[in-house]
Amino acid sequence: MNTDYQTMEFEFQRCSEQNAYTPATTHPVIVVGAGPVGLSAAIDLAQQGTQVVLVDDDCTLSTGSRAICFAKRSLDIFDRLGCGERMAEKGVSWNVGKVFLKDELVYSFDLLPESGHHRPAFINLQQYYVEGFLLERARQLPNLEIRWKSKVIGVQQESERVTLTVETPEGNYALHGQYVVAADGARSPVRRLMGLDSKGRTFKDRFLIADVKMQAEFPVERWFWFDPPFHPNQSVLLHSQPDNVWRIDFQLGWDADPELEKTPERVIPRVKALLGNDTEFELQWVSVYTFSCLRMDKFRHGRVLFAGDAAHGVSPFGARGANSGIQDAENLAWKLALVLKGKAPDALLDSYAEEREYAADENIRNSTRSTDFITPKSTVSRLFRDAVLQLASRHSFARQLVNSGRLSVPAVLCDSTLNTPDRDGFSGRMMPGAAAVDAPVTADSHPAWLLSTLGQTFTGLFFHSSPELDARTVMALCALQQGNPALKLVLVHIGGGTASCCNDLPGAIFVFDHEGLAMQRYDARDGSFYLLRPDQHVSARWREIEVPAVQAALQRALGKGVSV
Amino acid sequence: MALNTTPHLTRPDDFYEFLIEMHRDLDEAQSQSANAQLILLLANHIGDFNILCEAMTLARESVLKQ
Repeated sequence: MNTDYQTMEFEFQRCSEQNAYTPATTHPVIVVGAGPVGLSAAIDLAQQGTQVVLVDDDCTLSTGSRAICFAKRSLDIFDRLGCGERMAEKGVSWNVGKVFLKDELVYSFDLLPESGHHRPAFINLQQYYVEGFLLERARQLPNLEIRWKSKVIGVQQESERVTLTVETPEGNYALHGQYVVAADGARSPVRRLMGLDSKGRTFKDRFLIADVKMQAEFPVERWFWFDPPFHPNQSVLLHSQPDNVWRIDFQLGWDADPELEKTPERVIPRVKALLGNDTEFELQWVSVYTFSCLRMDKFRHGRVLFAGDAAHGVSPFGARGANSGIQDAENLAWKLALVLKGKAPDALLDSYAEEREYAADENIRNSTRSTDFITPKSTVSRLFRDAVLQLASRHSFARQLVNSGRLSVPAVLCDSTLNTPDRDGFSGRMMPGAAAVDAPVTADSHPAWLLSTLGQTFTGLFFHSSPELDARTVMALCALQQGNPALKLVLVHIGGGTASCCNDLPGAIFVFDHEGLAMQRYDARDGSFYLLRPDQHVSARWREIEVPAVQAALQRALGKGVSV
Repeated sequence: MALNTTPHLTRPDDFYEFLIEMHRDLDEAQSQSANAQLILLLANHIGDFNILCEAMTLARESVLKQ
């Protein structure tokens, strides 16, 4: 039996602040907004041992399917948050997209053309399931307190804390926190209360979302039509969701009347035009939307850190909204946790803003380009768009110009001040700033995944080909393991046979790269060493371990600004 | 500048004639589309982004100077 996450309601409960006899406490972190981003941030922080209060103005989860495409990187993050398996199990996995011009297939693409990854390129899953699974995980964490029907109506920054005024059914109260994570959505009340705004470009176009439930024969792929016969001169997107629900997205144009277009009398004929008159279906959710590509100038304002839609907005083409917000949460959580524990300077939080502003720019750039291709803004833009589509069915070169959405991949934070630039020669994608990629490995003779072994702490990933490690290597690894902060060690054996050095390094994880894919993807040789951040972005790499160099890179990754 | 703006065409007059001939009997919209497709075909053949940028910049400047 499926839980109906859309109809769940959560009760308001009086909190300690509303008890007049409790002295006022200052919480380490207050997260505002229990959407995918706020929940991810709160779980991540709580898992790292930080006390979190999560406030939400409402008492329900997402209404309607809303964000339905969750990228591999988000699934990898959900795995670390302890709910990736549920998401992947319930979600519909897909890797293939098809693009049509009128009724002719122009081309198809595979988002994850290589095997050897635990998670698919994408799953489709209604946002209420994502929030529901995250919420159930959050409730398992004793140091995470969720307060429903708690609306932030005032924000005041003081030197050592932030004070929020929270409105509840039983009156207002003051809530103090050392830091506030504002994940309160596109219309962010926290942003407004602080007199800040999110600026950019609003697109003059309207789109209709129709979620229909039906037994359909369509394959589990992303289908995108330019100018289809059943909806001439506009675009249409068809996508599968769990529970036999299909998302159909119709471009309507700017002149469409949003209220009228939402009525079943208008929606049903549009759906029938696509599905044919014989297909039986039931409308589940209908929405008409417009969108903007915008962001705040700065994601950090003193002790308030903005994440997700509150900080930036994109068009839906490319699934870069929720996915980038979840990456914001991932980027912020470890930094906040370390700062609160006194293990990193407050300046580390500046790097959150810098890195995620950079990522937001990349997402906005990609999403703006897709939007300009899908809805050309001038005659000449339309002329070239159509020329590309006409050439694409016959000439492969033009297919790379067809842009129906450049789908979300993690930003490579190549300019981050936390990185230590390469000193040694490496090729491949795992440059400093890149998010670590997965590979199949064997652990204790059982199949496992490289990413699952890494955890949420600074990790040293060491590649070795000989079954026995020499004394010098063991000493270096021990020193890093016992350093401050201590490194978790993952040793990847890239030679034949199995490693037999387990006893030398208690606590280290030993895996075997039985397919050779880890070695290939990390351009590793015997002795190669990667320093990974708690969010699994590469911080630095070397061809051989030098303890002082690794420690310097670690200090730099902690925001202590060690010069190169 | 990497863009070659010195004489490079093997058969300049033949090329020009062919270019005009490409548009024969096409209406305005078809002509525009043919031009756009030609630009895309040539751009792919050239490939190098910097050279293409130089050419696009030159073309725009030339129009604005008129």
